[in-house]
Amino acid sequence: MRRIISVLLENEPGALSRVVGLFSQRNYNIETLTVAPTEDETLSRLTVTTSGSDRVIEQITKQLNKLVEVVKLVDLTEGPHIERELMLVKLKATGSQRAEIKRTVDIFRGQIVDVTSSVYTVQLAGDSDKLDGFIQAIGTSGVLEVVRSGVSGIARGEKVLSL
Amino acid sequence: MELLSGADMLIRSLQDEGIEYIYGYPGGAALHIYDALFRQDKVKHILVRHEQAAVHMADGYARASGQPGTVLVTSGPGATNTITGIATAFMDSIPMVVLCGQVASTLIGEDAFQETDMIGVSRPVVKHNLSVRHPSEIPEIIRKAYYIASTGRPGPVVVDIPKDMTAPNERFEYAYPKKVKLRSYNPAIRGHAGQIKKAVDMMLAARRPIIYAGGGVILGKASGQLTELVRKLGFPVTNTLMGIGCYPASDKQHLGWLGMHGTYEANMAMHHSDLILAVGARFDDRVTNATEKFCPGARIIHIDIDPASISKTIDADVPIVGPVDAVLKEMLALVKESKEKPDAEALSSWWKQIDEWRAFHGMRYETSPDVIKPQEVVEMLCRLTNGDAFVTSDVGQHQMFAAQYYKFDKPNRWINSGGLGTMGFGLPAAMGVKLNYPDDEVLCITGEGSIQMNIQELSTCNQYNLPVKIINLNNQSLGMVRQWQDMNYESRHSHSYMESLPDFIKLAEAYGHVGVRIDRKEDLEPKLKEVLAMKDKLVFVDIQVDRFEHVYPMQVARGCMKDMWLSKTERV
Ligand SMILES: Cc1ncc(C[n+]2csc(CCOP(=O)(O)OP(=O)(O)O)c2C)c(N)n1
Ligand SMILES: [Mg+2]
Repeated sequence: MRRIISVLLENEPGALSRVVGLFSQRNYNIETLTVAPTEDETLSRLTVTTSGSDRVIEQITKQLNKLVEVVKLVDLTEGPHIERELMLVKLKATGSQRAEIKRTVDIFRGQIVDVTSSVYTVQLAGDSDKLDGFIQAIGTSGVLEVVRSGVSGIARGEKVLSL
Repeated sequence: MELLSGADMLIRSLQDEGIEYIYGYPGGAALHIYDALFRQDKVKHILVRHEQAAVHMADGYARASGQPGTVLVTSGPGATNTITGIATAFMDSIPMVVLCGQVASTLIGEDAFQETDMIGVSRPVVKHNLSVRHPSEIPEIIRKAYYIASTGRPGPVVVDIPKDMTAPNERFEYAYPKKVKLRSYNPAIRGHAGQIKKAVDMMLAARRPIIYAGGGVILGKASGQLTELVRKLGFPVTNTLMGIGCYPASDKQHLGWLGMHGTYEANMAMHHSDLILAVGARFDDRVTNATEKFCPGARIIHIDIDPASISKTIDADVPIVGPVDAVLKEMLALVKESKEKPDAEALSSWWKQIDEWRAFHGMRYETSPDVIKPQEVVEMLCRLTNGDAFVTSDVGQHQMFAAQYYKFDKPNRWINSGGLGTMGFGLPAAMGVKLNYPDDEVLCITGEGSIQMNIQELSTCNQYNLPVKIINLNNQSLGMVRQWQDMNYESRHSHSYMESLPDFIKLAEAYGHVGVRIDRKEDLEPKLKEVLAMKDKLVFVDIQVDRFEHVYPMQVARGCMKDMWLSKTERV
């Protein structure tokens, strides 16, 4: 099953490489990984999406917790949560395609953030399925370039991951 | 407050940490540190002949004493030479701090002379590593390194020290921190009371219980608590290769060690048990055999300081995360308080069954009128040293024979690389023990293959007068490899034969030691006695043993615990 694990990490050089190293060293897979400092500059927040059997996921969380620089972590998929991913996509846009793309972008609540005579650059945020859905709707033949941020997530309601 | 250079702060920190010996080898990036060492006499440095040996020496000391060992090496090749030693310590959870020189911080990343990314290279085989970014951080980093290495599940910690951090001309205020604060590292200090209660209820209700104890009992200094609990309950106890000595081997309740080359009775009892109490053990593949066939009728209670060891390969019914000594103590108190008693009738029929298994095999081996069997050498050594020596070993058949036939009644006396299986471990580990326990007998039971992986250390032994006894069970082959080739590759002995062995006697003499060859059975006892009487000499004893011997019992690959070969022809 796909899981979203959210980690508070000491914001120190080398800490990220330990997390990434752990995944390859123990043969766990990483689908996406995002990381950035938090409002407390001594901490980074890292979100990793992975998949595996329950035993593997349990091992992943335990092994992550064992890293000295991991302060706290939570498996967001265990409860209600919000996940978002940002995508920037460059589309071939000439002639009648331009109106068509504009309509699709509106339906997906995206924005055209840059325009040339032949190219639209579209920004879209949502869960990963929505981003996949947009690409499908546009059709891969018109896609020139895609960049996705990877998933960030947060629990719904009162629950917070903090010190 | 005192003003000290980074190098002086480093050495002062070691003094304040109470470190007596460090093991190492100098080089460019570590020279400021070596100069600071020279200008004091509290911390003593042992100069090895290869950095790997420095780590194994520190490791041997740590295993014998329960205290963290310390290593000092230079950058680049000095640092990379330590990796096998660090990985050895990591796999067996041995507390250790490895101080590595590094090129100056201004040169890092430029492929400078003797630059290696030691933080990156060591990352998968350390508990943690730290690099110094400002000289003033040194005392705190050193305190942290020892704290992390020796608390929770212990392990090696590497400290990377760029040369400019130890420069003599810059001085800083020195104070050694009393306490370490680490918000992200808080090892458990006691087990969950509810879980412990649940476990005790299950133990008292069990009909065919067994206690399976591992190296964690020794690392957690819990042999006393374990022994008391086992005696109180009257349960059978087995231990892993790493747990040897955690419960007295000569005691009736002890079934020997379990797993691939464990005793028949230990493996049978595990397989047929209805309750396993695992204490500081990790259900390693050399113990469980095929996990899907593991002990089908048993419920499992698992005590471990490391939550990640629990339910990693075998699911635990009752997980208990905590230090083994504290958890066992609480268990014992509950057992004593409880109105329930273990079911005496069930236990006595369980013991009857176990005693039958015991009588069935009993670690027998065939003897020969003229060829020396490796097993009998170990049995004799055990007798001649009253089972009280420190015994280090390497990896191979000799290691298994040493573990099977030397009976250890005390913890911390059997010293081997169980997890990584590092040939070359035995001699330097023995040296680390002898240096710190000069009045004790220290034997290194090795093979002609393994001993040659760190034989240069005979020179270090000469320099520091380390009279260990090297018992070379010389079968003229990589015996354990050959055994697998006999069993799985129709005796195609691909590269397992040791041609052109050196004359070990002359070699020992060349390094300033005594060499003794034993090739006749009738010489074995008198010569071993002579060797052991040479208290202040390192003696290299080269014993020509049966070249065709195999280690038994041996679990059948991919079978369950009870599927074993008992000799070259008997399979159960
Ligand atoms: C550094 C290293 N290389 C290879 C091995 C694989 N290996 C395991 S046992 C063994 C043979 C050891 O030979 P020897 O020391 O003579 O012991 P014997 O089995 O003959 O008693 C080998 C090569 C190992 N454990 N360690
Ligand atoms: Mg050999």
